[in-house]
Amino acid sequence: MRWLLVKDLQILRRSPLLVVILVLYPAAIALMIGFALSSPPGKPKVAIYTGVKSGHGKIHFGTQQIDVSSYARELFSSIQPLPARSAAQATEDVRDGRALAALIIPADITQQLQAMLQGGNGNPTVQLVLNSRNPLERNLADQAIQARVDQVEQAVSKKVFRLVVHDLQQVLNGGVVNLLGQNVPLLGLRNVRTIVDGTIQSLPRSSKLLPALHQVVAFADIAIEGLAFAGPEIGTIGTPLTVQRIDLAGRTTPIASYAVAIAAVVSLMFVTLLLAAGLLALERSENAYSRLVRGLVSPEALLGEKIVLAGAAATLLALVLAAIVSIFVPLEWSRFELWVLALGVSALAFAALGVAIGGLAREVSTASLMAFLLSLPVAFLALVPGTAVSGGVGTALDVVSFAFPFRAGLQAVGNAFSGAAPGMAWPLVHLLVLALAFGILARLALRRFATQ
Amino acid sequence: MQERYPSPSSAEAVPALRVRDLTRRFGDRVAVQEVSFELAAGERLAVIGPNGAGKTTLLSMLAGVLAPSGGEAGEVTGRIGWVPQQPAVYSKLSVAENLRLFARLERLPDPEAVVEEMLEQTGLGDRRDEQVSRLSGGNQQRLNIAIGLLSHPSVLLLDEPSSALDPRQRERLWEFILGLSRQGTSVVYSTHNVLEADRYADRVLVLGDGEVLFLGRPSELAATVSGEAGPDFEGAFVSFLRARGH
Repeated sequence: MRWLLVKDLQILRRSPLLVVILVLYPAAIALMIGFALSSPPGKPKVAIYTGVKSGHGKIHFGTQQIDVSSYARELFSSIQPLPARSAAQATEDVRDGRALAALIIPADITQQLQAMLQGGNGNPTVQLVLNSRNPLERNLADQAIQARVDQVEQAVSKKVFRLVVHDLQQVLNGGVVNLLGQNVPLLGLRNVRTIVDGTIQSLPRSSKLLPALHQVVAFADIAIEGLAFAGPEIGTIGTPLTVQRIDLAGRTTPIASYAVAIAAVVSLMFVTLLLAAGLLALERSENAYSRLVRGLVSPEALLGEKIVLAGAAATLLALVLAAIVSIFVPLEWSRFELWVLALGVSALAFAALGVAIGGLAREVSTASLMAFLLSLPVAFLALVPGTAVSGGVGTALDVVSFAFPFRAGLQAVGNAFSGAAPGMAWPLVHLLVLALAFGILARLALRRFATQ
Repeated sequence: MQERYPSPSSAEAVPALRVRDLTRRFGDRVAVQEVSFELAAGERLAVIGPNGAGKTTLLSMLAGVLAPSGGEAGEVTGRIGWVPQQPAVYSKLSVAENLRLFARLERLPDPEAVVEEMLEQTGLGDRRDEQVSRLSGGNQQRLNIAIGLLSHPSVLLLDEPSSALDPRQRERLWEFILGLSRQGTSVVYSTHNVLEADRYADRVLVLGDGEVLFLGRPSELAATVSGEAGPDFEGAFVSFLRARGH
């Protein structure tokens, strides 16, 4: 096996383009993942047209006023606003691709809001124009704006509720109200009750006013009690539900470590599959297989040599990838030996799959194509969460993912990088079983390898 | 009359290779059926026949690449060297690296000495460091044969060794093979070029649908169809096959 390893390394050394691609590929993935994880999310460019004239963005509510323009500035902080002179131009900006979306605010939005707040009438509406040519970009713009609109709505609600509560408190306790620039004292229910109480005390017991005044006191008591509770209750309407998050499975893999694990396993898979499948198929393409198995090398030793070479090379490259990404994302270097174990066993399973592909394809270009075509859907299907699809499809995805090393490799490597639950033992056993199964398949494929 | 190259050994000498009822089936199809012969030291046997007759299958079984369905083939006096139809060499390695690799895999006691010997014997010494992909087809075939000779086999099997060569390369190849034969190496080769069988073989084995139709000297094959065929061996061979329904 030693001389075959030397031979394959000589061949790789004389295939500089292949080696460069195999080295650059994981390095490029590592850098892309690193930059993606360490860079802030981009802001979508959105054309903005507002028909509201400057200084006309204030809504009067009771004795207070709300400045809508301050909320508009908050909305614009999550996007790159592209001012438009008209609604038509904003729409045209989207159509021409200068903006991902357009937000059109009608001139009477202030009046619409005013009417709704005062009378509960109407449905104030702004227009969002989205370009549907690229669904991903459409989704990005939609989500960015919708999320911020939700925040603005919540902020306006809170402001309104605060004003309502403030006014109620004044009705309850009294205070000073500004009406048309004049400060007017407001008596308040509690003071009214005190005055009525004093009046009752000062009246003779036979006074005919007493029953009516007692009715006023009773009403005041009920009103005071009700309004005293009304403030906090109204305050909760703006945020009626609070979500308390509880993670049941102990530590979860941090999203950054998970992304690094995906990058490492994808690179590991491509490099191992392509090397193992290609190197085995090369033995037949060069017509050397028949000569080798005439007592020089057993088929099992030949498969073992390809698995060892492809697995070791891919593990090394994946470790390099992890080292590069660790510049951007903190990884637990204290678990380095577990990285090597998880990546090595994953590479073993992928290499066994690779030699099975090489044995079945029997030709270098076919083997490479098969390896490539197989690896993409295997990775994609393994990354689809089972709970995100219907029951039958989820089961099918689980079966496919179970039959190939990607998901188990991802679990093992993700755990090795972060130490998160659910542990490495089961994924490693799964990978070893898959390696054995694919090794047997490769050995069976070699039975027809020598025939022309 | 073409020049012939008689083998130095006689067919009656101790056999270097003995084949008994060698048979190979692929499913229901019988590719080779009960082929038997013996080969003397230094003797050259040409295996000829139409396409699909079973020539490559027979040589693959003799080489040990393909397991027979029945019968046996075994070397009597030494090892068997095998030269497949397409050069079985690594195109990214140099001539010397290919020889060294197979010498090591053969577990030869002194690989470097054997490499030097083969380079000299095949005349590839001045191309030793050249990558195989840059060699001509003739030189690749010489290297292919040199690898088959690394273990100094007593029997050399060649599957259509001259099929991809031009006339000058073919002539040099046969000079080389005849030299081996003169040194006592028995040679079994398959060929589509029946003139090469007539010219270089001591005996010919004619296969048709896996069965042995004829085993004997080329002149004896011509004699079986005398009067029907033209003066040349190719004409005799074609008449022979036609007479047997092939």
